[in-house]
Amino acid sequence: MNTMIHNTIHILLALMMPPLLLGIIAKTKALFAGRVGPPLLQPYYDLVKLVQKGSVFSSTTTWVFRAGPVVGLMTAALAVLLIPLANSSAPITFTGDLILLAYLLGLGRFFTATAALDTGSSFEGMGAAREVTFACLAEPALFLGLLVLAKLSGSLQLSTMLGSSLGPHWMTAGASLALVLLSWFIVLLVENSRIPFDDPNTHLELTMIHEVMVLDHGGPAFGMILYGAALKLFVFGAMIVRLAFPLATGYPWLDWPIFVGGMLVVAVVIGVVESTIARLRLTHVPVLLVGACLLSAFGIVLLVR
Amino acid sequence: MIYLLILFPLTMAAVTFALPSNRWRPWLVPVAALGHLGLVVAVFFQPGDGAAVSGLGGWLMLDPLGKVVLGFLSVLFFLCSLYAPGYLALRSDRPNRVFCANLLVVLAMMTLVTLSHHLGLMWVAMEATTLASAPLLYFNHNARSLEATWKYLLIGSVGIALALFGSFFLAYSSLKAGLESTLLFDQLVQVAPKLSPQWLHAAFVLLFIGYGTKMGLAPMHTWKPDAYGEAPGIVGTLLAGGVTSCAFLAILRVWQICRAGAEAGFAREIMIFMGLLSMAVAAVFMVRQRDFKRMLAYSSVEHMGILVLGVGIGGPAVYGALLHLINNGLTKGVLFLSAGNIHRAYGSKVTDDVRGAIQRVPLSGALFLAGFLAITGSPPFGPFVSEFTIVNAAVGSGQFLAAGLFLLLLGIAFIGMGATVLAVVQGNPADHTTDNDYHDSIATSAPVLLFMALVLLLGLYVPPPLESLLREAAAFLAVKR
Amino acid sequence: MVQLLDPLLIVALALNFVALGVSRIRAVINAVALQGILLGIMPLFVHPEIGLRGILLVVVTIGLKGFVIPRFLTHAMREANIQHEVKPVVNFMSSLLLGAVGTGLAVVFSYTLPLADEHTDSLLVPASLSTVWTGFLMLTTRQKAIMQVLGYLLLENGIFLFGLLLLEAMPFLVEVGVLLDLFTGVFVMGIIIYHINREFASISTEHLTELKE
Repeated sequence: MNTMIHNTIHILLALMMPPLLLGIIAKTKALFAGRVGPPLLQPYYDLVKLVQKGSVFSSTTTWVFRAGPVVGLMTAALAVLLIPLANSSAPITFTGDLILLAYLLGLGRFFTATAALDTGSSFEGMGAAREVTFACLAEPALFLGLLVLAKLSGSLQLSTMLGSSLGPHWMTAGASLALVLLSWFIVLLVENSRIPFDDPNTHLELTMIHEVMVLDHGGPAFGMILYGAALKLFVFGAMIVRLAFPLATGYPWLDWPIFVGGMLVVAVVIGVVESTIARLRLTHVPVLLVGACLLSAFGIVLLVR
Repeated sequence: MIYLLILFPLTMAAVTFALPSNRWRPWLVPVAALGHLGLVVAVFFQPGDGAAVSGLGGWLMLDPLGKVVLGFLSVLFFLCSLYAPGYLALRSDRPNRVFCANLLVVLAMMTLVTLSHHLGLMWVAMEATTLASAPLLYFNHNARSLEATWKYLLIGSVGIALALFGSFFLAYSSLKAGLESTLLFDQLVQVAPKLSPQWLHAAFVLLFIGYGTKMGLAPMHTWKPDAYGEAPGIVGTLLAGGVTSCAFLAILRVWQICRAGAEAGFAREIMIFMGLLSMAVAAVFMVRQRDFKRMLAYSSVEHMGILVLGVGIGGPAVYGALLHLINNGLTKGVLFLSAGNIHRAYGSKVTDDVRGAIQRVPLSGALFLAGFLAITGSPPFGPFVSEFTIVNAAVGSGQFLAAGLFLLLLGIAFIGMGATVLAVVQGNPADHTTDNDYHDSIATSAPVLLFMALVLLLGLYVPPPLESLLREAAAFLAVKR
Repeated sequence: MVQLLDPLLIVALALNFVALGVSRIRAVINAVALQGILLGIMPLFVHPEIGLRGILLVVVTIGLKGFVIPRFLTHAMREANIQHEVKPVVNFMSSLLLGAVGTGLAVVFSYTLPLADEHTDSLLVPASLSTVWTGFLMLTTRQKAIMQVLGYLLLENGIFLFGLLLLEAMPFLVEVGVLLDLFTGVFVMGIIIYHINREFASISTEHLTELKE
């Protein structure tokens, strides 16, 4: 019975919260800039508006173009079901589900990039190439971090790795976990196309990376993309919150609000980072990503010695 | 008394720095050098056992090995200082305040190296010689000497940093053995058998590389051609004869600790290999060398290799190496100073421009030729005796490969150096270079003649006091306690 | 107290990589300065009952490594009016990877060196060797004279790290000697940089290539 309640809360939270994160990030950036900024619930209004619009598809595109947003949304939704939130198990959990998580996200990225290439436009192609390169370099960081957690918890299930056993591990292997946390934060920034890797607000031709890949989508398709991106942010944010605040008070009534609070904090931190750091030159991005991989690698070295 | 050996040059350096007259300042240097020589002689002849001269609670001590190097350094510096007033009079356009003061600071610091029995203090003194000699290198204030000084400083500092690292390793080896961690030489020699072998090995390697950089062993010698090539003759002599000898002394101290700890085999192989490598590198680069001052630098690399090789071979070769230390330094004095004179006469140091030195500056040219013959090991000069001793010991102890390579490389060096030297000395001077009104004078020739006389003397007859001093030092090195 | 030392050492190691990877000279100077400050506080963790001389050492180290020398280098940089970008001979990615390989080797090698009982499980020896390696890398792969000086500073930092192991046992004379020589060395090097700039209107050592075989 308890599990069903937890799962229900899990699904409801996963459905409802993601756009709020986007709103918080936008609001934080606005406050830093001295503006009032859009209302916190603006992304919801945007989604509603987009769903009500019609679609225009270019005649040069094929089914891939139409499939891109759909696959992106589906993979993100499935991924969210794999992540444990708030000291409870995820609805879907089995040994090795961390590999499924990584490759679900990879599948979504693949279809987004392919949909972009499908339009035949050079701008989309450029953005796709860049995005895929960044993802290539960021993936080892993610996996090395997961390796650290697997070694510490002795299991290959995400729900156990990011579970309540993590708390005591912070005492003994705190340095390793801190390194992994930092590395994963960088991975979050790159996978969700945030500054310093990509500016989500730019629409200048030569500076867009993620934006340009979805430039040709409109209406409900764009709504799906937007919501899918929010879900992806939620997934990574949840992983970071579980890593950073592995609190297990034992009362579900406390655990869930703590988790929600943690997610809000992560959103604010992303907003702060976006407001204070400038975007990196393209040639310097690989250096930072390799640096993130090295941080995770260090985490392992510290564990193994 | 032992403190005076260091404090006297330092005070004289301060006085030299403070003296306002550019004309009279250079004369303070020979005066200070003479005073230092006098002090050294007094210390040598102090009643009682020479090893009892100590200070700072055992941090400073004059042992037989230190005596050899200290005595040699003092004589070398004195003869160089005789050259200084004449040279600086010719360069009276440049302010020589920093130059003269630093000469004396270098003397003080070199003295400190020979006296220190605490490896940390020795390290500080070596670093101080590096820092103090940098402005000396930069005396000419042009782009080339700037480049030379930069390389010297950077590579020298890295070497010294590695030597510090090695010193720390050495201290840790005693900590690891559960003993009180120490850097005092005497204590380390006593507890050497108990020291942790891995740390001792690692320490030896680092110290050898670090101090070897200061000595100019290959492959850490890359600063030498530039530095010696651009330095004034007097500075070249000091560096080639003095500072390298101090670095060699530092290596010998560590060598002795390794010997006492029965790790000699490992260290010996390294010394022989690096010695032969330096000789080989020097020989290769000396062939077709157009700049005769750079050629002298490579000659210095070669002879540093010989020194290290001698100690590596062991037995009587150690005596030979110590004798060679003295011979090499004195002969380098001849070579560098006469090369400096020739450079001044022609305004260039490349063999394309410099020809017929024996006609243009007869005394310097002849001495340069004689110096070349001496340094490549011809009898009746000093280096022949020391090199012969080393080869003899090598063959006697069955190390035929080392002996064979040694002779072969000496031969190649002779050919390479000979080509350059003969090109410089023989022939007819080109017309335009005879406009320069530089001529050999007493001030710039007398010191060179004195150096040459000493080299000749040591080749014909090693005075018994010197011989016994060297034997004592060699025995001191071999003592395992 | 050694437990608290490890995180500090990790931050110091991370700063090595920052120094290798960033392109602005000012950023590298800041990284090295921050590392110097971290190293300055470490004696307090290695040897808690350190006494007045120890506190003095800590203060002097932090002052020299964290403030005096970086300020001096920034001043030299401004005097020379140079471009603020690093120009590496080996590009940043390769430098980072070489640094990572070196660090890995340092960790492996430090296993072969047996540590005294009270020091086992400490990251000091790997951190020290790794920082020395990073310093070497910077010295050999950077062309600007200031970057070479910074590489030398990293080398000295690495040696200082190792010296911490001997803190209880060794007389302070050597520690103070190290700091003094560091200061004098950097000071003299700075003067040389000034002269290099005057001579060539730049402090890239690619101009210092006239002296060749």
